Amino acid sequence: MSDVVKGIVVDIDGPIVKAINMNTAGMLDVVYVGEKSLVGEIIKLDRGKATIQIYEENSMMGIGDEVVSHKRPLSVLLGPGLLEGIYDGIQRPLMELSRTGGNFLLPGVKADPISFDKKWKFVPIAKKGDLVSAGTKIGYVDETALVRHFIMIPPDTKSGKIDYISGEEDKTVLETVAKLDNGAEIKMAHYWSVRKPRPYKERLSMNRPLITGQRVIDMFFPIARGGTAAIPGGFGTGKTMTQHALAKWSDADIIVYIGCGERGNEMTDVLNEFPHLIDPKSKQPLMKRTILIANTSNMPVAAREVSIYTGVTIAEYFRDMGYNVAIMADSTSRWAEALRELSGRLEEMPAEEGFPAYLPTRLAEFYERAGLIRTANDEEGSISIIGAVSPPGGDFSEPVTQHTKRFIRCFWALDKSLANARHYPSISWLDSYSEYNDEIKEYWNGVDADILNVRAEAMTILKREERLAQIVKLVGPDSLPDSQRLILLVADLLKKGYLQQSAFDEVDMYSTPKKQSLLLKVIMNFYWSSENTLKLGTPLIKIRELGLVDEIAKLKSTVSNDNTEELENYIFKIKDKFDELMKFYKV
Amino acid sequence: MIKIESLGLKKIEGPILMLEKNADVKYDEVVRVFDEKRNSQIGKVLSVNEKSVVVQVFGNTSGLTIKDTSVEFLGIPMTIPVGRDMLGRVFNGLGEPFDGLPQIFTGDYRDVNGAALNPYIREYPRDFIQTGISVIDGLTTLIRGQKLPIFSGNGLPHNVLAAQIARQATLKNATEEFTVVFAGMGVKYDVAKYFIDNFERSGVLSNVVMYLSLADAPSVERLLTPRAALTAAEYLAYDLGMHVLVIMTDMTNYCEALREVSTTRGQIPSRKGYPGYLYSDLASLYERAGRIKNKKGSITQIPILSMPNDDITHPIPDLTGYITEGQIVLERELFQKNVYPPVAGLPSLSRLMKDGIGEGMTREDHKDVSSQLFACYAKVKEIRALASVIGEEELSDLDRKYLDFGNDFENKFLSQGYEENRTIEATLDLAWELLKTLPESELYRINNKYIQKYLHEKG
Ligand SMILES: Nc1ncnc2c1ncn2[C@@H]1O[C@H](COP(=O)(O)OP(=O)(O)O)[C@@H](O)[C@H]1O
Ligand SMILES: [Mg+2]
Repeated sequence: MSDVVKGIVVDIDGPIVKAINMNTAGMLDVVYVGEKSLVGEIIKLDRGKATIQIYEENSMMGIGDEVVSHKRPLSVLLGPGLLEGIYDGIQRPLMELSRTGGNFLLPGVKADPISFDKKWKFVPIAKKGDLVSAGTKIGYVDETALVRHFIMIPPDTKSGKIDYISGEEDKTVLETVAKLDNGAEIKMAHYWSVRKPRPYKERLSMNRPLITGQRVIDMFFPIARGGTAAIPGGFGTGKTMTQHALAKWSDADIIVYIGCGERGNEMTDVLNEFPHLIDPKSKQPLMKRTILIANTSNMPVAAREVSIYTGVTIAEYFRDMGYNVAIMADSTSRWAEALRELSGRLEEMPAEEGFPAYLPTRLAEFYERAGLIRTANDEEGSISIIGAVSPPGGDFSEPVTQHTKRFIRCFWALDKSLANARHYPSISWLDSYSEYNDEIKEYWNGVDADILNVRAEAMTILKREERLAQIVKLVGPDSLPDSQRLILLVADLLKKGYLQQSAFDEVDMYSTPKKQSLLLKVIMNFYWSSENTLKLGTPLIKIRELGLVDEIAKLKSTVSNDNTEELENYIFKIKDKFDELMKFYKV
Repeated sequence: MIKIESLGLKKIEGPILMLEKNADVKYDEVVRVFDEKRNSQIGKVLSVNEKSVVVQVFGNTSGLTIKDTSVEFLGIPMTIPVGRDMLGRVFNGLGEPFDGLPQIFTGDYRDVNGAALNPYIREYPRDFIQTGISVIDGLTTLIRGQKLPIFSGNGLPHNVLAAQIARQATLKNATEEFTVVFAGMGVKYDVAKYFIDNFERSGVLSNVVMYLSLADAPSVERLLTPRAALTAAEYLAYDLGMHVLVIMTDMTNYCEALREVSTTRGQIPSRKGYPGYLYSDLASLYERAGRIKNKKGSITQIPILSMPNDDITHPIPDLTGYITEGQIVLERELFQKNVYPPVAGLPSLSRLMKDGIGEGMTREDHKDVSSQLFACYAKVKEIRALASVIGEEELSDLDRKYLDFGNDFENKFLSQGYEENRTIEATLDLAWELLKTLPESELYRINNKYIQKYLHEKG
């Protein structure tokens, strides 16, 4: 049987094309259509008639154009050279394309996803005679100053003994670095189908947070390593800024950032900024651990659909090396809309708001690829997924938000009115939740044995303020007793001095867990002292006159991560100030 | 060019024709549709299979008959001619002369659909454009290469504002003028005339290209108008190195034409009858703003849209806001208070201002000041709501100071004349004048060193 199938185009409706004579082609096989050999994928097979979605602009495609399939599934190429790269939805390297294809993305231009010529220094870690199987690490190359890229036996390889393994040598990704006694030749790069999750040994339960440096997230609504989070919000509420902040500051080893149907300039922003941002731990540029997938809103919609699978497959590959990977997908709604658009062209029966009935299944499959797992090498690796959701009109009752909620465990609800008041990140402390608090409590106990109680009390204040605010709206604040006005005061302080965190503030854009916990304790110490003083009969106005409030509100930007002892000292300062005040009011 | 003609029309429905496939047809190619008197109009292939072809006509199908209509397949995508001679000219939505002069002389035809800019090759926009309008320069700064729409409503002065921006826009330290490309979709002639007069008055008309598909032109023509305009803009920006300001009005009319075509084709709608691909379609226009590495020119877009019922959650403003780099929202309440420009402070946003303002670009205190103004104005809104319930007398002193601040903000900072052109320094100084009226402890978003410098040393 020949390895090439050739059919012809008989129907074109936008990016959905039908071809006949495709009897021996397989479902999800990649095809090349027409003179320009545009890339497509078979998404439906009905006897010899294949329905194909085309991943490039297919204007001027004609009836009768040839369709060629090599009977291989749509795949990504995995190997050294991925990091610092920027790809479109089907892993075409955009930097390379800008060199060969010019400024605009013209249909038909092609380039290898990773360089086939570049030599990497392969260092073996297995030796001749070792028994290896799918996933075993046999060597590595130091791909960037931040990431050691392990070379593993590809997942679909049969186990065997190493007959030959290369010494420490410069090799291209196409050269053989090992041979097994079963005949398998191992190269540094291999293809893997984008739609097929990569195998692992077992799932583990999560126990540690992914630290993001964002106080409202880490302290109040944390995501676990290997967890899933959704960040829904209307336009301009801060989805992208939050995703960027997470890509910059979260303590993952690898970041896969998927710009799915969003703005071109936002990808440019990352490309410009990340090489200059220095990782607080390693002091290396953050770009060295980052991979970008950019299928912007004006790029072909079918490639947008596949972009999140391309991203998650690359993430799994690094997870299998034993790394903690974090994926940001901005925005999963645009992906869902791509599904809807393609489904419409397939004339499938729509469910809610025109979305196909399989939307929830697809969402579940995607988020299911997150997790903390045991790798083939008995190491731990994880993928955390953070998906932005863009609900029409900012209304969370729409299908994508609602279905996403079923499959994620951390919900960072962005609030339009907070964003309008320029309270950023505009993550609502009332509508958001995290189901990971329990799983990761040991971590926070390790930072500070008290902090979880302090946090709970702070949250109580924020909730009480919400109820008091309703009363204030009716009768004004003056009619409240001082004890309740203290709640308003402290809630305001928590908002301004803790929850708000500007991404543009050099000092405040990233907060270590230590700073996060001390800053909260400063504010709560102020609260406790105030409460005690009020009980002794001091009027609230006297507490305001201490001048502490304005100072505390600015501590987040005056005290850097390296000087947290200043916060400890501040707690003493609060105590002193109140002691002084109490002298006047003691009986 | 191979031209193939086809008879065999099967069905006419609104702007859509269905015909038998008896020629070599390509997806998206341009067709010429002839009526029995051999009058012709332009269309394009929407879909094709072995038996039939679906064609969309950019004109009026009402005179066509099944029997006598013939269709010529041109074998090329929709193009318009481009050249330096476009400047000073007026075209219709299809790129044909609309000013009585002959078509420009050029061999250069460009596909109106453009192609997606490789995200890698984009240059991040950072050059501050001074519009001379305080609320824009101070709070929602326009950046060269940005797409910043005006969300308006019926009867609100969006045209006046857009014209003022076009007249006054300058870069701070450069002398280069903007070239203006204007796309009018479904607007009345008065609107086009208003802009023409404005450009004439400021002596830039010879630097303007207009594409007009007025209210009386077939609605489908509007689908091509912004594409023609943006194709011209790309040529001027990237071939000739000009800085182009594209004004597109009214995007709502454009979206309605898109809905009309989609409905006629029986496509499954998403919200309010608009097709599910409205987002992608709008993105294919808005994303054509920007800058390219190693290219001198730029495309700045100011799309104008009227929000049906002043509803910002309507799909047109909603999807636009999801694509553009911010929005300038006009508010009826301010308009009724005689505030011009009636820009609603809080929902307005410029996403690109973060990299275009501050020391060396506008002024060191700009970021803090704008952030503080937003916070204070948000507080004003809260206090106004409270005052309307408990009465102003019941408010605290501080709250009353905020109310005064709010009035000053609207009457002194927001309000300015149609011809008034304020420098960014004047705008920021004005902001400090207002902030001065509040206790210093309220200025929690401003770095102490700026408070020191601008409140104590200067003031
Ligand atoms: N953490 C933050 N710090 C400072 N500004 C922010 C922050 N988050 C959002 N913003 C502001 O809000 C604007 C819109 O944010 P963005 O993330 O682009 O919104 P979305 O993706 O939800 O449309 C930004 O341009 C910025 O001005
Ligand atoms: Mg965004």
